[in-house]
Amino acid sequence: MNAVDPVTSPQVPALTNGPGAAAVLSAGVGSFALAVLALAADNSAPIKSILNFYRPTGLLSGVTTTAILVWLLTWGILEWRWGRRTVALGRIALIAFALLALSFLLTFPPVADLI
Amino acid sequence: MEITARGLWTMIHGMGFGALYLLACSGALAELYRLTFPSAASESTPGQVRFVKVYLVAMAFLAWAAVLTGAYVVYPWYRAAPPGMVDLAMYPQHLLMASYATIGWHSLGMEWKEHVAWFAPISITMVAVVFIRYGRELIHHKQLRAAVFGFAAASFLAAGIAGFFGAMIDKAAPVQGGHTIQLSLGAEK
Repeated sequence: MNAVDPVTSPQVPALTNGPGAAAVLSAGVGSFALAVLALAADNSAPIKSILNFYRPTGLLSGVTTTAILVWLLTWGILEWRWGRRTVALGRIALIAFALLALSFLLTFPPVADLI
Repeated sequence: MEITARGLWTMIHGMGFGALYLLACSGALAELYRLTFPSAASESTPGQVRFVKVYLVAMAFLAWAAVLTGAYVVYPWYRAAPPGMVDLAMYPQHLLMASYATIGWHSLGMEWKEHVAWFAPISITMVAVVFIRYGRELIHHKQLRAAVFGFAAASFLAAGIAGFFGAMIDKAAPVQGGHTIQLSLGAEK
């Protein structure tokens, strides 16, 4: 069987964009969750004690582990919802990039200190 | 020529995993552009596409290895609290915080690095999974390939920030200690 070259084949995608959209948005959500958790742990004593999963690493262990769980869970749910669908990827990608940009900003100490 | 165990782990984390990841980033961006943007699309064999898939998986491995060794091996030594009045050379965070000239390397550098670095493995894992799933089919998904390319670039930025501050912090207050490993015996000049 000959492999079809996507460059020369008709302009009809064989796959829907749903799984891709789920992956992109969940990466944005995961990054944003990490930034928000880091910020929350810095500003709240109860959250700080909850997120201290591994004492030698301190808060970073809880912040990152929880953010990774949020990312993977979001990915799983979105994959389940959008796995076979075509979705409005332009808007979804925009939200994902906004979340990612906010994550960079919120983890930047001079900005985080203002909140 | 010798190195301490902690110095070796710091080198594995920063130069082994981190720097190798940064080196791989430009190759990944170039290949993603070449294989998925119609304006740059060139003939490619299934073998070349398979190579890029393996390359992206290797990058994801490097990124996860860098953040995990950083957070769970090197960082505990960096942030360890000194037991009273001692020589701070073995306690890098406290050594940096002891001087106005170096406190910023911790309060800005490490505080940002320890979080921003994690955006790299999250982003590149997503990029690898999407490329494995879609391959050259991405050429038909304009918005998806733009998003994938953007996240790959963001992972480069995150790793670059972490790498820059990691190198500067290690220069100002290196993680030291543990047993000494003899790399070679010095010869007399």
